[in-house]
Order: sequence, then C-alpha cells, then structure tokens
Amino acid sequence: MRLRTTIPVALAVLGLTTGCGAADMTRQASPFAHTGGGKSVTLSVQSWVGAESNVAVAQYLLEHKLGYRVDTVQVDEVPAWDALSQGRVDALLEDWGHPDQEKRYVEDKKTIARAGDLGVTGHIGWFVPTYLVKQHPDITDWHNLNKYASLFRTAESGGKGQLMDGSPSYVTNDKALVKNLKLNYQVVFAGSEAAQITQMKQFAKEKKPFLTYWYSPQWLFKKVPMTEVKLPPYKDGCDADAAKTACAYPRTPLQKYLNADFAKTGGKAAEFLKKFRWTTDDQNEVSLLIAQDKMSPEAAAKKWVDSHPSVWKKWLS
Amino acid sequence: MATLTVPALRTRTPAVLRNRAVGKLLLLALITAVLLPLLHGRAWPHHLTVSLTGPLTHASDWIIDNRDTHPLFLYFFGYISNAVVLAVRAVYVTLLALGWPGVTALGALVAWRVAGPRLAAGTAVAFLACGVLGMWEPTMQTLALMVAAVLASVLVGAALGLAGGLSARLDRALRPVLDTMQVLPAFAYLLPVVLVFGIGVPAAVLATVVYAAPPMARLTALGLRGADPEVLEAVESLGATRRQRLLTARIPLARKELLLGLNQTIMMALSMAVIASVIGAGGLGDRVYQALSTVDVGQALAAGIPIVLLAVVLDRVTGAAGADGAKGSRTIGWPYALAVTVAAALAARLLGALDWPNGWSVQIAAPVNRAVDWMTSHLYSGVPVVGGTADWAAHFTTWVLDPIRDGLQWLPWWSLLLIVAALAWVIGTWRTALTAVLAMAAIGVLGVWDPALDTLSQVLAAVAVTLVLGLATGIAAARSDRVERALRPVLDVFQTMPQFVYLIPVVALFGVGRAPAVAAAVVYALPAVVRITTQGLRQVDPAALESARSLGATGRQQLWQIQLPLARRALLLAVNQGVVLVLAVVIIGGLVGGGALGYNVAFGLAQGDLATGLVAGAAIVCLGLMLDRVTQPTERRPGKGA
Repeated sequence: MRLRTTIPVALAVLGLTTGCGAADMTRQASPFAHTGGGKSVTLSVQSWVGAESNVAVAQYLLEHKLGYRVDTVQVDEVPAWDALSQGRVDALLEDWGHPDQEKRYVEDKKTIARAGDLGVTGHIGWFVPTYLVKQHPDITDWHNLNKYASLFRTAESGGKGQLMDGSPSYVTNDKALVKNLKLNYQVVFAGSEAAQITQMKQFAKEKKPFLTYWYSPQWLFKKVPMTEVKLPPYKDGCDADAAKTACAYPRTPLQKYLNADFAKTGGKAAEFLKKFRWTTDDQNEVSLLIAQDKMSPEAAAKKWVDSHPSVWKKWLS
Repeated sequence: MATLTVPALRTRTPAVLRNRAVGKLLLLALITAVLLPLLHGRAWPHHLTVSLTGPLTHASDWIIDNRDTHPLFLYFFGYISNAVVLAVRAVYVTLLALGWPGVTALGALVAWRVAGPRLAAGTAVAFLACGVLGMWEPTMQTLALMVAAVLASVLVGAALGLAGGLSARLDRALRPVLDTMQVLPAFAYLLPVVLVFGIGVPAAVLATVVYAAPPMARLTALGLRGADPEVLEAVESLGATRRQRLLTARIPLARKELLLGLNQTIMMALSMAVIASVIGAGGLGDRVYQALSTVDVGQALAAGIPIVLLAVVLDRVTGAAGADGAKGSRTIGWPYALAVTVAAALAARLLGALDWPNGWSVQIAAPVNRAVDWMTSHLYSGVPVVGGTADWAAHFTTWVLDPIRDGLQWLPWWSLLLIVAALAWVIGTWRTALTAVLAMAAIGVLGVWDPALDTLSQVLAAVAVTLVLGLATGIAAARSDRVERALRPVLDVFQTMPQFVYLIPVVALFGVGRAPAVAAAVVYALPAVVRITTQGLRQVDPAALESARSLGATGRQQLWQIQLPLARRALLLAVNQGVVLVLAVVIIGGLVGGGALGYNVAFGLAQGDLATGLVAGAAIVCLGLMLDRVTQPTERRPGKGA
C-alpha cells in the first residue's frame, strides 16, 4: 500500500527536479561545465598529439582573449561525432574523414554543422626509418618489401615481417593491403598511439629496422626521421570497398565540426572556432613542445600564441 | 580491486574429494566415449555459430536514430541521465564552494569522527598532496563522480541485498546475477552503456554502478542472514512487527557487514573511475588517459597518485568505521566538525583563496620521466649476461605464450569443453561445471573461438607467473611480520594505481605485443594473491602448528605438511582471484598490443562498432564466467537459513 504511493511521488519529484515533460537527450552538457558562472565551451580532444595542439591553442585563446571557460574531454573520433550530436561537446577540431557519420549527422539529422578546413592536410602511409633507407635504398617501394621481410621479424609476427599498426581508432585498410598485395607480413596492432610511439622510439634508439603505419602531420618525424614506402597510387574510389583495397591512402584536408545549436548560438566562441585555421608547421611546433619537451599543453599554447600574433589575430576579428 | 567477498571457508576432507573426483571423471569419460563418433574437426564448427553482426548493427542504428524522439529515451533513459548529471553537479558545486580549505577540513574532521586523530591527519595530508601535485580540480571532479556513483551503488546494492536477505528464494535467484556482475571485466560493457547514454558522466556512473553494486548486495544479504537467531527470537517475543524487527534488530546487527560492503563498493568504484575515462568521465582518470596519449608517464603518475591516496584514505576510514573499538573519548561531535568546516570555507571565501594557489604545486613529471627513460634505455637490451627486458619478452612470447596459444588452438573444440567440464566438476558441483561448459560453448557460438583462445593463453600464462610470484611472496610475508609490514604499502599502491599508468613503462621495457600485456596483468593481480595467501597461512590453526613443532618438524616441514595443506581453501581462492583480476587487465592489454578480444573491445569503443565490440565483450564475459567456475573453491550456497 505504502509502496504504491511512494513510487508516483518519487517519479513526480524526479520529474520536477529534472524539468517537467520529456528529458531531451540532445541537450545535456557535462556536469562540470558552467560552474564558474561564466560562459563555457567544451572541446573534444582525440588521442593523438596534433589534435591536442589544436585544442590547446583554441583553449588558450578562448580563455585569455575571449573570456570563456573551457572544458576538454578526451574521446576518439567516432564517439566524438556522437557526443557532438548530443551536445556533450561543442566542437571537434580535427576530423580525418568519416563519410558515414557526415551523412548521418550533418545531412540527415542536421545536429552537427561543418566549420570549415583546419588548414592542415593529413596523410596516412607506411613508413620506414630513414637510417634504414640509407642501408637499403630500394626498400621504399612496396614491390621490394617481401625481399626484406626477414629484417622486420619480431616475436609477435610469427615468422613473417611485422607491419606495426596503431590505435584501434585509426582509419586503416592495412590488413586488406597486406593480403591484396600478397605481402609476407603480419599486421601487429600496437593498440594505442602511446604504445606505438614508445616502441618506435625504442627501435630508433638502437637503429633497428621497423615498418609502421604512420601519418603526417606528426611531431615524431622531427625526432625519428622516416621515409614513406610507395604503395600503388591512390585513385578516387579505389578504397571504396575496404576488403578489396590495394592502393595508398588519400590526402585529406582535415575538417572542423561544431554542434549545430552551438554553431548558431555560440556567439564569439563559435565564430572564433569557425575561423581557426593554421598550417602543418604551426601545429607541429606546438605538438613538439607538448610531446617532446613535455610542456603542459597550456604552456606550449602560450609560447606559440606569444610568438605568432599575426596568425591568431585574424581568428578573433 | 580484490573482490574478497564472502570466502565461506569450509573444510572437506581431501580423501573423500579424491574418491568423488575419480567417479566424476569416469562418468565424463563414459559420456565422451558415447558421443565421440559424433564429434570431429578441430576448430569450432562453422554451422554452430550465430552471426550477430546484422542484428547488432540494426540495434545500434535504431538507438542512434530514435534517441532524440522515442518515448523510451525521452521519458526513461533521459531522466536517469539527467538525474545523474544533476547529482554529480550538485556535489561538484558544493565541493567548489567549500574551496580547498573547506574540503580538507571536512575530510579530516569526518575521518576524526569515525576513525580518530591519526587518520584525520593522514586524510588532511592526502588532500593537500592532491593539491600540491596540481590535481585539485580533477580530484574534486573524481570525488563528485565517486559520491554519486557510490551512493547509487549502495542504494541498488542494499535494495538487492535486502531482498536476498529476507527471502531465500530471491537470494537463490540473485546469486548467479551477482556472480556474473562481479566477474565481468568492466571494459567489456562500456560500449552498450555509451550507446544508450552517450559519452560522458551518466554512462560512466551507470557503468560504475554495475561494477560496484554486487559486493554491497552480497554483504547486505550475508549480514541479514547471519543475524544472531537468539537476539531475533528475543525481539520477536517482545511482540515486534516484521518491520520493527528488521529496523531495530537485523539491520543494526548487520552493521559490520554493511560497512564492509560500503568499503568494497568504494574501492571498486574508484578503480572504475579510471577505466570510465575512456568514455569521457573526466576527472583524474581523464588526466591519466590524456597523459598516456603524449607518452608522459610522469604526468600520468601525478594524476595516478591522488587516486591511490583517495583509495587508501577511503579504505582506512571506512575500514575503521566497520571495526569496533576505534572510537573513544578522542573523537569529536558532528556539530563541531560541521562548524569548523563552514568556518574554514568562509575564511577561504573572504580571503579569496577557494582555488588551489597556483604557486603551491610541485612538478614531479620531469624527474619521473627522466627515471623512466634511464630505466628503459639501460634495461631494454644489451644488459650483460642476463640480456635486456626486450629479449626476455621475446623469449617469453616464443617459448611460453606461443606454445600455449598454439596448443589451445590445436586441441579439438570438444576436448576443450571436456577439460573445462572435468576441472569445474572436480573442484565444484555439477552446476558450476554446467555453467562453465555453457559459457565456453557460447564463445564458440559467437564465432570468436580463436581470438578467445588467444586471450585465454595470455590469461593462463599471466596467472601462472602471478601464482609463482604471489605464493612465494605470500609465504615470506606469512612467516615474517617485518616482511608483511614492509609489503603492505607496496601492495596498497599496486592495487590501487590505475592500470593505465603502467601501460607505457611496460611497453618501454617489453616492446609492443602480448608480453607487456601479461606483465601489466601480473602487476595488477599480484597484490590480491599475496594478501590472500598471507592471510590463509596465518589463519592456520596455531594448535596444529604447535603440535608439529613439538614433534620436531623443521620450518620447511611445517610449511609443506601443515600450513599449505590446511590453507588449501585460501590458496584456491587466491587462484580464483588471480584469474579474475588477470582477465580484467589482459583486456586493457589490447591497448599495448595484446590483440585478440581486448583489441576488439577497444576497436568497438573507438569506432562505435557495436557488432565487433559487443561480441568480443560477451566472449570475455563468458571466458570470465568459465574461468571463475573452473577455479571456484567455495560452494556458493552457505547453508544458513534466514
């Protein structure tokens, strides 16, 4: 008897406290946002350092020049699209091309808005360290990879050569490439960018041979110089069916996306994020400060901002 | 965290077991002989698999398309999500309003109230250390998250436990559910939660509740069932109603179990706080995870230490609250504690010092990174005579991991089921054997037989290493008080340090692959095994030891012939806990090249691919169930009536 009355009462209380009627899943900010009483923006950070540099500089300028409070959340790209559509984060500053997500959220549901180019062009490929190329100049053509497979053998590659792949969040066709190009290689997934970088540094320290999936722009090239291996050239649509792919990766102008509501009502912050556009060199400069010199992202951003006023002044106008 | 719940230690004579075991094995052999002509092939037969890719992709699309419009979301999940956000936000805003002096004062005074001045000082130091490490704000975020998650877990757990404690039938029905919740590796079910609730705090809190509620439920039920029947009878004879009996006698009598349940729940919730950072929970876990992406061990450690400190403080304080006799004249009253807190907060507000002062922090990242660099560059390879860690890892992979994996994958599928049945039946009952076999078969049906065996081989290798090291250390600690005292803080740290912190050092030492995954798992599972072994050996009946000593047994004889056999149950529990904990980390090993199921789960999370992630997650759950049953030393029904 008593129980029967308590449940509706509890529901009513819950309803009143959470705002009557339907609970909109598309409008839910982080509980940690807007606590300082001021305007706030939530940026998503992806697990690679380049993405962290974009966010660091955007955050620094938003906080120090525009007076916003900025929260950051680390999420991979695909979940970030989802979070963006729900309003959990306001912006994704570096997207490497996700046609399915674009169709679903930008064109069909209209919960996410495009915010233009980041200004950086991304490229994925297979790389070998440059010291190895000096010993075997012809190693940079995929035709010759089978000849050198034994160089790249490790305990994990089971008698074949090891092609090291990275984080599960990366766009990759490598398994299909190895199969379709008939390469005597085993794809070994490092599982995270951190593990992959650590392993590459260890190899480089001892000048050991390695073959890895990697991408530019990336700060590690300045520490471990690497040369790209030529794969069969990329043509439009040659990677349409991932299982049949036998060509190199495309060059992708990296894109920014905003939550649709934020793009309309986000005021100065949204305007600023739309105008944010810099070069590969700028991004690498900040990335190197963060990842190699172990500066905090904020300090790295400050250093870059102080020395490049002409670049960011345009974003604020 | 060690799920050290309800080890209902019972002794059964080994001789009887051996006879029964022979009978069971004979019966199994007979069944096999009859079925053998029907079984052939080595890998799991293709026609016995069910592909879930289609339905799961549909389900995932349906959720995404209907999340903003369907009543189920608008009027049910949406409310849950809002309630979680509001609760976390309320706690967070309160903590911020108290400022660092207020929070520190409150923590210290609460610790003083329940556990005396020594722990109060410890608590204050722990909070200040979080600030000094430059982690005040994320620490508050994690605390807010923890308060909400622990509250929800305690409510859910206590409700389930109350039901189980009052009704024997409900208890029987709940037990397998709780068992399953407890052996699930948390990483495996993040994906479905994220799909429904989206990235962020609500999903993180709910995933934590699934993980942390079972110990509360189990201990509540145990406490209610274990209430002294004489007291209950006395209360009944005074004419108390059922409700009065519950409120005035059974619940107060179960106080100790309830507080132990709270303690366990807090510890599990805290370990989950870090894993939940993968789905955007924020706080300290997020700092650890972000530091990982820049390969910054020092920064990860700076965020990991506050987690360890919080865990140790919360463990000691709730532990002291559960133990009797900690209170005395030295404690202080609640009104006084509250007044001091408010005064501290007001003073901070007037002085404008609510935020942790910027200048008061110490950067530990740089020296730690230098130390790690030195270690890896000197130990990785080329160490004279013993070889570098990279060489060990390569040998371990080739000589141990590969043979186990290839062996498991070479065995015909039905013979593996048979081995599982035999092990589970000899150690447990026919019920546990049935569960184990069904769980194993489910893996085959899901179509991930081969990767699951790969994961299993890593688990077996890691468990073997853990047991060898753990038993040796445990024996040493049981025989010398000094060793045990010295070990205690080390075990605390290893047990509570988030696994993400040592992923990079293990890669730097062992390279990318399965070996670092195994190493990380060993580090994580070792403390529980050491603790249980030590405890088991120390609880051996002193009279038995005394008589052996008087008969002139040497130390070695005492150990092998008295202590170890008598501690058999505890040792089996150590094996069981080792297996469950190792499995939880081998999954995370997918992030350092462990591959197999762990990688698939990570892939599913990162790409929003429900089909890959959920199937791998389900397979891990089945693997966990199977391993748990195969090593289950205690019978699950502690024959006590209500």
